[in-house]
Amino acid sequence: MELLVASAIGLLTAAGIYLILRLRTFPVILGLSLITYAVNVFLFASGRLTIGAPPVLMDDVTRYTDPLPQALVLTAIVISFGMTAVVVMIALGAFLGADDDAVDDGPDEQATETEDAV
Amino acid sequence: MSLFLVVALPFLGALLPGLMNQAGRAACAGITFVVSLAAFIGLLTNLPAVLAGETIKASIDWIPLLGLNFSLMLDGLGFFFAFLILGIGLLIIAYARHYLSRNDNMGAFFTYLLLFQGAMVGIVMSDNILLLLVFWELTSLSSFLLIGFWKHLPEGRQGARMALTVTGMGGLAMIGGMLILGEIAGSYNLSDILQSREAIQASPLYLPALLLILLGCFTKSAQFPFHFWLPHAMAAPTPVSAYLHSATMVKAGIFLMARLWPVLSGTPEWFAIVTTAGLITMVLGAVIALFKHDLKALLAFSTVSHLGLITMLLGTGTAFGAMAAVFHILNHATFKAALFMSAGIIDHEAHTRDIRRLGGLRHLMPITFIFATLAALSMAGIPFLNGFLSKEMMLEEANHTVLFGSPWLVPALAVFGSLFSAAYSFRYVGHVFLGPKRDDYPTTPHDPGPGLWLPPVILVVLVVAIGVAPFLAEPFVKMVTASLLGEAAEVPKAYFKIWHGLVPALYMSIAAVVGGLILLAVYRPALRLWDAAPRPEAKVIFEALIENVVKLAQGLILRSHNGAFSRYAALAMSFIILAGYYAWTTGTVGDATRTLQPVTAIAVAGWATLVAATIGLVFLHRNRLLALVFMGVIGLMVSVGFIFLSAPDLAMTQITVEVVTIVLLLLALNFLPKSSPIESSALRRSRDTVVAVAGGLAAMGLTYHFLMRDAVDQSISAFHLANSYKGGGGTNVVNVILVDFRGFDTYGEIIVLGIAALLIFALTEALLGGPVRARLLNREPDMPQAGDAHPGMMVVLTRVMMPVVLMVGFYVFLRGHNEPGGGFIAGLIVSIAVVMQYMASGFNWAAARLRYPYHGIIGAGVLIAGLTGIGSWFVGKPFLTSDFTYVRIPPFEKFELATAALFDLGVFLAVVGAVMLSLESYSRLARRSERPDTEHPIDIDPSRDDPENIMKAGG
Repeated sequence: MELLVASAIGLLTAAGIYLILRLRTFPVILGLSLITYAVNVFLFASGRLTIGAPPVLMDDVTRYTDPLPQALVLTAIVISFGMTAVVVMIALGAFLGADDDAVDDGPDEQATETEDAV
Repeated sequence: MSLFLVVALPFLGALLPGLMNQAGRAACAGITFVVSLAAFIGLLTNLPAVLAGETIKASIDWIPLLGLNFSLMLDGLGFFFAFLILGIGLLIIAYARHYLSRNDNMGAFFTYLLLFQGAMVGIVMSDNILLLLVFWELTSLSSFLLIGFWKHLPEGRQGARMALTVTGMGGLAMIGGMLILGEIAGSYNLSDILQSREAIQASPLYLPALLLILLGCFTKSAQFPFHFWLPHAMAAPTPVSAYLHSATMVKAGIFLMARLWPVLSGTPEWFAIVTTAGLITMVLGAVIALFKHDLKALLAFSTVSHLGLITMLLGTGTAFGAMAAVFHILNHATFKAALFMSAGIIDHEAHTRDIRRLGGLRHLMPITFIFATLAALSMAGIPFLNGFLSKEMMLEEANHTVLFGSPWLVPALAVFGSLFSAAYSFRYVGHVFLGPKRDDYPTTPHDPGPGLWLPPVILVVLVVAIGVAPFLAEPFVKMVTASLLGEAAEVPKAYFKIWHGLVPALYMSIAAVVGGLILLAVYRPALRLWDAAPRPEAKVIFEALIENVVKLAQGLILRSHNGAFSRYAALAMSFIILAGYYAWTTGTVGDATRTLQPVTAIAVAGWATLVAATIGLVFLHRNRLLALVFMGVIGLMVSVGFIFLSAPDLAMTQITVEVVTIVLLLLALNFLPKSSPIESSALRRSRDTVVAVAGGLAAMGLTYHFLMRDAVDQSISAFHLANSYKGGGGTNVVNVILVDFRGFDTYGEIIVLGIAALLIFALTEALLGGPVRARLLNREPDMPQAGDAHPGMMVVLTRVMMPVVLMVGFYVFLRGHNEPGGGFIAGLIVSIAVVMQYMASGFNWAAARLRYPYHGIIGAGVLIAGLTGIGSWFVGKPFLTSDFTYVRIPPFEKFELATAALFDLGVFLAVVGAVMLSLESYSRLARRSERPDTEHPIDIDPSRDDPENIMKAGG
């Protein structure tokens, strides 16, 4: 079981990194989301894996799962939605403004930016 | 009054002028005056204790671990400076009220002024040198705002920038110096440092500390070679110049030299550096001042010169020199503030400050003539005015000072500087007020109202009073000197009097005044000589220097930061992986303590789906719509995984977030290209693959490693499990942690979520307010559009589902405390219900039925959660302490009422508001001009097109 979770986290991380290194904003955002999954599951797994033991108190149950990472990850999931929404909005604004969704500045753009700064 | 209040009043009061801006100029200035007056009176209430020789202290721990405490102290020296800052501040406020024109934003001006005042008072009252540094930087920042107050003038902006650069740089150096000083003394408290003279002067770090601190003082007090910023700061409104350059900003450096005088002075290094810098500054400033034609430039360079004089007096390291310095600080503040105000009046009335265009003003402005002349003569060092007394003391001290082995160098230069000082003072009177009346003033000047002349006249009364009766100032100056000297030296016995007999200082004084008169008589040839002489222009040098620094920085940065963000990301990732590898190989690894749990078929199936979807996503990510489908599958599998691993709350959150995320990405994809082109070379893709695989293996290894081992220490989870029901009144431990144990975290998180949503809203507004708007409205869709965007079947379905989904949300919310559920999940479920209505019937239809704006819902949520937390204060408990009770209303069963549920309601509202505001912002971008907005829920509605209805409507 542990091996399955660890390999899933590893795969999600690898796929996320690969997509983050792409040259267009959309795959970068997808990559970021994949890494978010990986990190959330990673944090959750820090409570170790427990099957069939809820974090809800019940009579005549003695074995519980670790509730703390769950609570932390729960808010992290919601916050990551907020973060994704902001990043997507920034990417969208950049695309609509420049009609270009490339991540890297070309050499020309950099030159103009430098001139603007001076 | 408490010292805290004296320092805090200007800062707190700084809010008021801005708020009072609408109430009129008088109210705006009035409130500023009242705030300053309150601080001033508060300061005066401490006078008896200070006169009795006490040091008043007040302290609150701030970051004690770093030695940073909010400690204030008030002794004679601090009182003296605070008195000048607040006292002259009051006169400046009254003066500025009448000086500023209707076009100036008075609220902003007085806000800056009060901020500056507070920072200055903070400097002179700080007991902790780290706190002093904080206030020091605050004066640099607030003076930047004041100097650049006239934003429309390029000179104002340049002057402000120059002042900030120079004083800010000095401030950085001073931080270093102060830290060294604190390290040597073993304490950051001034009162302790002042006791450690021997330790500090014996330390090998004394010289670096001295150099760094003096760098800060010299830049702030415009000492050579950093004097050039001060004249350029004259682009500020005159009240600012009068305030900053007579009593406050530039005196901060002097203050610090005086404050640290007992521990730093008396060494050959101190003597050589401080005396030399002061001497050069005094002579240079005086010479340049004589040949300036702008009234304020003349006064600016004369200020530079007088600051040099004071610095020199502090540099000699004798008690008499220190006393002369204190006395001159007082005298200079009075006559120089009056002179700046007179320059402001002339500028205000004649609309020029050019001395060459003035002259003969004594007939037109008699009041200004009288007080400006008295102040100028005091500056020249004429008997019966206070400037004479301290200049006499300076010459006396100079006479005893031997610099570089030469007994005549300092006296000669002091007389030389005084000569020029007398000359420019006489010029200020002679070329502005005396001489024939002219008929070519830009406007005919006359004396202004009392609002402008009363403040300087009050100062000139002091100038004359001290000048005629020096014994009035003597006890005060001696008290200040005593606290300056500390235990390092005794206060000199010398009496303050006008006639000391035929001493060398008198001859020197006479020589300076007579020489000054002669120099003014031969002014024209002297000016020609001056104009012909080559001299470096400080501003040009400064700007060239800045430009070269910028070029150097660009050369360094642009080479590594070439705009290729994916390269940065690759580098950062590689570095993280390498750092992790280093940590892994150098750390120790314990044996596995856990055993692998058995794998079930269902788990393998879920894992396989996740792996397939992830691989599919990587290989097919160029088709963006398909990529979103894969994302959905991955999200679903993660949720299923959560439920499998005993985390029902997480599963519910993940799946609902997944829905809204996919909706959001779909909305965004509407505007973005639908596929990503192949751009990167095969080499680059293989490089990225290597980085990605390394990162993935590292994450996998790390996870597997800790999953096979127990935590190194006892987790706090056991506490939560044990107290969830007893203390929090809920059986769902995850929810109790969120709303109770870690409620403060959650509170912060909903605020972050709200801010994110507001940010998205603001970005949308910015986009729709700019050139993008037209492009959006006229854009051609790149995909075939549905003929029926709002199909009737979907509308009916979503309408039927709405109450059901809302009920589910309500149910999930209510049971949250005891069963999986709660505010976060309920909020997401309700958002989905509302989003469905937008999707089915379109933005306009839904927006028209929106009764509460989403911003308000976010605000209400945060407010409810916050108020719930504050509520516990009323029963004397800390923030966010929860309480619960059981209620039974017959005939229902007993149920639980918890304050945590109210907090959860806040969470719920904030989540609904934030999610909806984000999605709504995206859909606002989607409006297009070619498709008119419709207020109908369905596009194709048979009842609308029914001829019978049309007849009815027509008939």
